Amino acid sequence: MTNVLLILVSGIFVQNFIFSRFLGICPFLGVSKSIPTAVGMGVAVTFVMAMASAITYVVQYAILTPLHLEYLQTIAFILVIATLVQLVEMIIKKVSPTLYNALGVYLPLITTNCAVLGAALLNIQNGYNFIESVAFGVAGALGFTLAIILFAGVRDKLRISAIPEAMQGFPIALVTAGLMSIAFLGFSGMLNV
Amino acid sequence: MEILIPVLVLGAMGLVFGSGLALASKIFEVKQDERIPQVRNELPGANCGGCGYPGCDALAEAIVNGEAEVNTCPVGGAPVAAKIGEIMGLEVEETEPQVAHIMCHGTHDVAPVRAEYYGLNDCRDAFNANGGTKSCRYGCLGYGSCVASCPFDAIHMGEDGIPIVDEEKCTACATCVATCPKDVIQIVPKNQNIFVSCSNTEPAKYVKPTCTVGCIGCRMCTRVCPTNSITVTDNLASINYDTCINCGLCVEKCPANAITGDKIEGNLEEYMKEHPDFDPNGKPAPRRRKEAAA
Repeated sequence: MTNVLLILVSGIFVQNFIFSRFLGICPFLGVSKSIPTAVGMGVAVTFVMAMASAITYVVQYAILTPLHLEYLQTIAFILVIATLVQLVEMIIKKVSPTLYNALGVYLPLITTNCAVLGAALLNIQNGYNFIESVAFGVAGALGFTLAIILFAGVRDKLRISAIPEAMQGFPIALVTAGLMSIAFLGFSGMLNV
Repeated sequence: MEILIPVLVLGAMGLVFGSGLALASKIFEVKQDERIPQVRNELPGANCGGCGYPGCDALAEAIVNGEAEVNTCPVGGAPVAAKIGEIMGLEVEETEPQVAHIMCHGTHDVAPVRAEYYGLNDCRDAFNANGGTKSCRYGCLGYGSCVASCPFDAIHMGEDGIPIVDEEKCTACATCVATCPKDVIQIVPKNQNIFVSCSNTEPAKYVKPTCTVGCIGCRMCTRVCPTNSITVTDNLASINYDTCINCGLCVEKCPANAITGDKIEGNLEEYMKEHPDFDPNGKPAPRRRKEAAA
């Protein structure tokens, strides 16, 4: 239990997927223009990552390892993730067309969000058991959600600030992301998982 | 076996996930107006954004929802509008075909450059460097950003530094209009032949040193035009394409050679038959002082 808790805290703060592992930067920059969209993206990614962590664990230890097909890991995991993303897309389209339009192309792009594949692969690499794997996936996704919501908040403020013309848009966003990453460095070394 | 097993495993996984998705798509089915894909199929699919929507899909949805007219697509023109109108059950008015036109003919030999430019071969970059190197601050820079931006390969750079629009290929999608940093491209009716090929709004004494074919705002054209289709605002003449009969009198009379184009033969004669008191060679009507003052 302590272990799971440690994984959660570590995944959200210490080894944040965005700020210390630098995974999943594409949606982080792409969908962080407004807080509600960022929340929607965070929820979608959380769902996909939690499910992906659970299913890839089963795929790895029930199918790939017994058949000595570990080399199929990447393609098999991507298959799982792509399926999940399709599922999420259908659900969001049904439940909230507004969010569906706001997320746009970034929704199917969760498939190629390296944070999701990263979580699945790191689970296996770290030798986590099933519970720990799901916890790691959820923690990573919550960390992602935290990062993207914080960033969307900052960008909301940036939009009404006086920014030199050359720095407007993505330049200032990237600088901000870098500064936030440095801030998150403050957590490094607090936990050893 | 070494090859067969992985193939079978992945195949089986794909099958399981696929059937799961098929099931989910039934559960989470969203009822979509069946006319949207039909309209989408009629649209050209260039996703050029010329209609003002983010792409053909968005336009199809807007048309079906009644937010956009059936003839909104400038690329497809009348044939596409007619087909979409059929789907939507509407009668369509014919739209006049349009093309892009470069409102500048300040070629290398008539419009000198005022500086050397070393940089990316792109108008927008050159424009950032103090507005570009052409001495005329309104004219075409000639680095061909519009040529590169055209999704239909309809603009090509002429030898003398002014792009040429291929009217057969041009679909009036206005991508070049949005690209051009100098705003010298306009969308005009395809059957219009005569243009004021200049965008300079400065008075004559500032136009003359920068370009020998720039509009100097002398109003000669406004006086010679039989249909009063030309107006001069901010020292720049502009033609009302709705009333212009392409008679070419202004092209002949323009002292600065700023008005260009081939006249349509016979139009002037026809006009004179209807208006017998108009004399194309007569003295131009006296300048109206009020208009000149304004």
